[in-house]
Amino acid sequence: MRHVRTWLIVIIAIVVILLLAAGWRSGIFSRPINSPYPAGASATNTLFTAFTQRSPKYLDPASSYSSDETPYTYNIYQPPYGYHYLKRPYELVPRAAAEVVAPVYLDADGNVLPSDAPGEMVAESIYDIPIKKGIMFQPHPAFARDENGDYIYHDLSPEDLKGIRSIPDFKHTGTRELTAHDYVYQIRRLASPRIVSPIYAQMSNYIVGLQEYGNFLRELDARLREEGRAHEWLDLRQYPFEGAQAIDDHTLRIRIKGKYPQFKYWLAMTFFAPMPWEAERFYSQPGMAERNLSLNVWPVGTGPYMMVENLPNRRMVLQRNPYFNSETYPCEGSPGDEAAGLLADCGRPLPFIDRAVFSIEKESVPLQGKFLQGYYDVPQIERGDYGVAFRVAAEDSPEKAALYAERGLQLPATVEQTIWYLGFNWLDPVVGKGDTPEQAERNRKLRQALSIAVDWEQYVAIFEANQAQVAYGPIPPGVAGHVEGIEGINPVVYDVVDGRPRRKSLEEARRLMVEAGYPDGRDAQTGEPLVLHFDAMGGATGARPQFDWMQRQFAKLGIQLEIRSTDYNRFQDKMRSGVAQIFMWGWVADYPDAENFLFLLYGPNSKAAVDGENAANYVNEEFDELFRQMRDLEDGPQKNAIIARMIRIVQEDAPWMFGYFPASGGAYQQWVGNARPSEMVRNTLPYLKIDTGLRERKIHEWNQPVWWPLGLILLLVLLLVWPAIRLIRQRERAVALDEEHS
Amino acid sequence: MIAYIVRRLLYGVLILIGVNIFTFLLFFAVNTPDDMARLAIGGRRVSADAIEQWKIQHGYDKPLFLNAEAEGTRKFTDTIFYERSVPLLKLDFGLSDAGRDISYEISQRIGPSLALAIPTFVLGLWASITFSLLLVYFRATWLDFWGVVVCVVMLSISALFYIIAGQYLFSKLLRLAPYSGFSEGLDMIRFLALPVLVALLAKLGPEARFYRTLFLEEAGKDYVRTARAKGLPERIVLFRHVFRNALLPILTSTVAVIPLLFMGSLIAESFFGIPGLGSYTIDAINAQDFSIVRAMVFLGSVLYIIGLLLTDISYTLADPRVRLE
Repeated sequence: MRHVRTWLIVIIAIVVILLLAAGWRSGIFSRPINSPYPAGASATNTLFTAFTQRSPKYLDPASSYSSDETPYTYNIYQPPYGYHYLKRPYELVPRAAAEVVAPVYLDADGNVLPSDAPGEMVAESIYDIPIKKGIMFQPHPAFARDENGDYIYHDLSPEDLKGIRSIPDFKHTGTRELTAHDYVYQIRRLASPRIVSPIYAQMSNYIVGLQEYGNFLRELDARLREEGRAHEWLDLRQYPFEGAQAIDDHTLRIRIKGKYPQFKYWLAMTFFAPMPWEAERFYSQPGMAERNLSLNVWPVGTGPYMMVENLPNRRMVLQRNPYFNSETYPCEGSPGDEAAGLLADCGRPLPFIDRAVFSIEKESVPLQGKFLQGYYDVPQIERGDYGVAFRVAAEDSPEKAALYAERGLQLPATVEQTIWYLGFNWLDPVVGKGDTPEQAERNRKLRQALSIAVDWEQYVAIFEANQAQVAYGPIPPGVAGHVEGIEGINPVVYDVVDGRPRRKSLEEARRLMVEAGYPDGRDAQTGEPLVLHFDAMGGATGARPQFDWMQRQFAKLGIQLEIRSTDYNRFQDKMRSGVAQIFMWGWVADYPDAENFLFLLYGPNSKAAVDGENAANYVNEEFDELFRQMRDLEDGPQKNAIIARMIRIVQEDAPWMFGYFPASGGAYQQWVGNARPSEMVRNTLPYLKIDTGLRERKIHEWNQPVWWPLGLILLLVLLLVWPAIRLIRQRERAVALDEEHS
Repeated sequence: MIAYIVRRLLYGVLILIGVNIFTFLLFFAVNTPDDMARLAIGGRRVSADAIEQWKIQHGYDKPLFLNAEAEGTRKFTDTIFYERSVPLLKLDFGLSDAGRDISYEISQRIGPSLALAIPTFVLGLWASITFSLLLVYFRATWLDFWGVVVCVVMLSISALFYIIAGQYLFSKLLRLAPYSGFSEGLDMIRFLALPVLVALLAKLGPEARFYRTLFLEEAGKDYVRTARAKGLPERIVLFRHVFRNALLPILTSTVAVIPLLFMGSLIAESFFGIPGLGSYTIDAINAQDFSIVRAMVFLGSVLYIIGLLLTDISYTLADPRVRLE
C-alpha cells in the first residue's frame, strides 16, 4: 500500500512539473496576471482612471456643485459656454452656443444703453444666446416613441419596471434635437423646491423673476404635500416665468437684473446645461427612484459622453455619445503649446476616446500602485494634487525620479485659481475692527505685526513642499487683477531688496506690537500676556504639525496662540455665528474673475450676518464701494486700477494674511496625448487621446509576474513538513519499551 | 427547545427596539438635520432656503420624537423617529438620504462581502485548528515552542500591516495579484486571493493560540489518557476525541460570527476595493447618511441576535447533555 502511495505521489509530481514546463514554454507565466480589468481591455480605446471615497452624489446639473462630480457632468452636459482648453489666462468659448455674446443693457425705460454704461444706469441685461443647430441628445428611453409618435416610457407603473435597474435595461431609446427650450427648462429647475439647487439663492438675486417663480413653486409644493400629492411630477413649463425664454428654437434669452458681467461665467457651468422635460418626466414616475433611476445617477445630455454603467461606489463608465458632433479640437493655444505638440489635432472632431472607466479606489496605496503599473492612465482626472505629489516625491528621492523618468510619466504643473488664507474675525474685539478709531488703529497694527511674523515662505517649504506660491494679495495668478513680480508685493509685509521681495524684520513687527499696545506680547496697561485663539477644522488629531508651527510663529512676538480644533461641522457653526477669532480657510474659484475673490471681503457678504462667503466679516466702506464699481466693469485698465486700489486697502487693513496659492498639476502616462491639467476647464476628457498599442506594450513590460518566491515558499514548507511527518511516523511506531529493555 | 427559541426571538425584538432608539439618539446627538443638509448639498453657497428645502424634501423638517403642533397620534407619527426608524421593524429600509434604494444596495453588496468573508472564515478556521492541533501534537518540543512564538508575533502585528505588506509583496514586487478591485464570476478568485490570504494570516496567530489552549486543556483529561493507553494513534486521539470535546468553546466564538460575515470587513474592503457592506457602512457614516447608518446598525443587530441563537442551538448538537430550557 505504501509503495502504491509513493508511486502515486511521484506520478503526480511529474505531471505537475510537465504542466509547468509546458506553461512556461507557451509564455503563460510571463503574461501579466495582476490586471484589474478583463483580458484585452488595455488594447481598447478606453481611458482608465479612478475616483476616491464614494460615487458622486449629484449628477443632476441643477444640484451638482462638487469637484468630484465634474468629470461626469461636464462631459455629459453641454452648457452654452466653456473655457478654451489651451489658452491661459482662461478664455470663454462657445460649446452648445454658436458664439459668446455680449449682453444688451437696458435702462429702466427699456432703452438700449451702450456697452460701457455705468452699472447704476443699467436696469436689465439681456443675453440673447444663439444655440447651434443639429445638436442631438444622447440616445435615451425618455425620448423613445412608438410608431404613433407616443412616448413609450412616459406612463409606466412600478410593475412595468420589474427587472429594470439601469437605463441600458430599457429596450427602446430615442433622441431629438436640442432646443433653447431645454435651457429654459433647466433654469426653471433651479427654482424648484424638489431639487435644492445650491445657486438658487444667488441666481434669484440676478435672474429676473426667479425669486418670484421659486416662491410660487414652494407654495405649490407645500399645497401638494398637504394633499398627499408630493410625488406628482411638476411640469415647470406650465407656470409663468419671465427670466428665461426661448425666442425661437435656437435662441435663448436670459434677463438679468442690473449689470452683472460675471454672469457669462455661470453660463460655462452645468447649472445652465440643457435639461429636456422628457427626462424629468421619465424619472418622476413611481418606482424609478427606488430603482436608482434618477438624474443623479443617469444624467441625460448632449455632451460628448453618456453614462452607460453606474455601479454606486464601485464603477462608472462613460461611452461616446454617438450623436455628438458639435465641438472640435482647438487650433490655438498658449505660447509653447505648438512646440509641445498640443496643436497637432487641430480641427479634428471630439472626442478621441471611446470609453472612460472610473473605478473606486478608497486608499492612495493601491491607486498610486496601479498607476505606476500602467493600469490607470490618469490617477484622477479632476484632481491636480497627484501631479504635485509625484513631483515632490521625485525631488525627494532620486530612485523615484528615475522610476518616473523610466515610466515616461507626464507631470505638467500649473497654478490654479485657489487661495488658502488666514483670516481675522472683524467682529472680534482684539483682532477685529475695533469699537473706536483708536482701538481700530491698534488692532490694525496687531494684524500687520502678525502678518509680518508668520513666515508663509517657511510654511510653503515645509507643508506644501514648495509646491505653492506665497500670496501677496487675494487674486491668484492667471486672473485679471493679479500683478506678478515686484509691483505685486504686499508693501506692508515685504520690502524690496536687490530687486527681490524680502519679508520685513521681526524688529519691525515688534515695533508694530508696541504701537498696538502689546510690547513683547503683553498688554501695556494690564501686563497680561496676549492670548489669541486659532479656530481650526482639523478635529482632535488633525493637522497637529501645522498647529505647532502656527503657535511658534505667534510666539515670535510673545503671543500665546490657543488652538481650538473641531470637526468641520462645528467649525462652520462657529464661523456662521461669528465667534471664531482667527481661522484658516480656502477658496476655489467658480470662475476666473477677480470678483470671485474680492467678494470674499465684501461687507454685505458677511458670514455671520447673512451666511455669505465673507468669512472674516470684513467691512470697509471704501472697499465695498469700489467693489460695487468693479463688479459692473468688463475686464480692462479701469477695472484693473480699481482692483489695485482694493488690494491696497486690504493689504493695509490686513483682515487676512494672504497665505498661498497652491500649485496644481496633472499626472499622465506617456501614452496619454493632449494632456493639459486644469481645474477650471472641467470637460478635459474629450481632448485626451490614448496610444493603445504603446499602453499594451508597456503594461506587458512592467507587469511580468515573479514566480520564483512562490517556489521558494513551497520548498520551505516542504522542508518544514517533511521532518514533521517523519517525526509523526516515528512516534506512532514507537513502543513503550524496546526489545532490549523488555 | 421551540419554546426557548420563540422566547429568545421575542427578547430579540425588544433588543432591536432598544437598538433602534439608541442609534437614533446617538446619531442626532452629534448631527443635526441642518448639518446633514449642509453636507448633502455641499459646502459652497448653501443658503438657508436650500437647507430648509432639503429638510422638507427628505422629511427632516419635523421634530425628532414629539410633534407638539400636531394632534392626536400624529404627535408621535409625524416625527423623524416614527418615519425613519419605526419602518425598520418591518424590515423596510426605505431610501437613503441620497435617494437610493437601501434594500437593493444591500442585496448587491452582500455577495462581494460573503465572497471575501466565507473563504476567510472557512480557510481561517481550518488553518487555525490544524495548526493548533499540530502544536498540541508536538507539545513540549521545539516545534511547539517556536510555533507559539510565531503565533504571539503574528497576533502582535496589526491587520493593517498585513494588508500593506501583502499589497507591497504580492502586488508591487511579485506582481502576482492585483492591488485592488473586484469582478463577478470565477474571475473574482484573482481579486480575492490576496485579501483572503492576508485575512488568514492576520487571524492565524490569535486563533491558533486560543485553540491550542483549549486543546491542551482537553488533552490533559483522563479519557484521553485512557485512549492512549488503549493504543490509539495520537492523531486519532486528537482529531476524534480531543477535537470534538473542545468544540463547544470553538462554537461559541465561531457560530456567533457566521451571521456577521454578511456585514463585511471594513478595512479589507476599503483597501482591496471590494464593494461590500463594510465599505457601504463606513461610506454612510462619513456622508452622515442616517438612513443607511440606521439600516446597517439594525441589520447588524438582527444578525447578531440570530448568531447568538444559533450558537445556543449548536451547543445541543455538539453536546447532547446540553438542553435549552
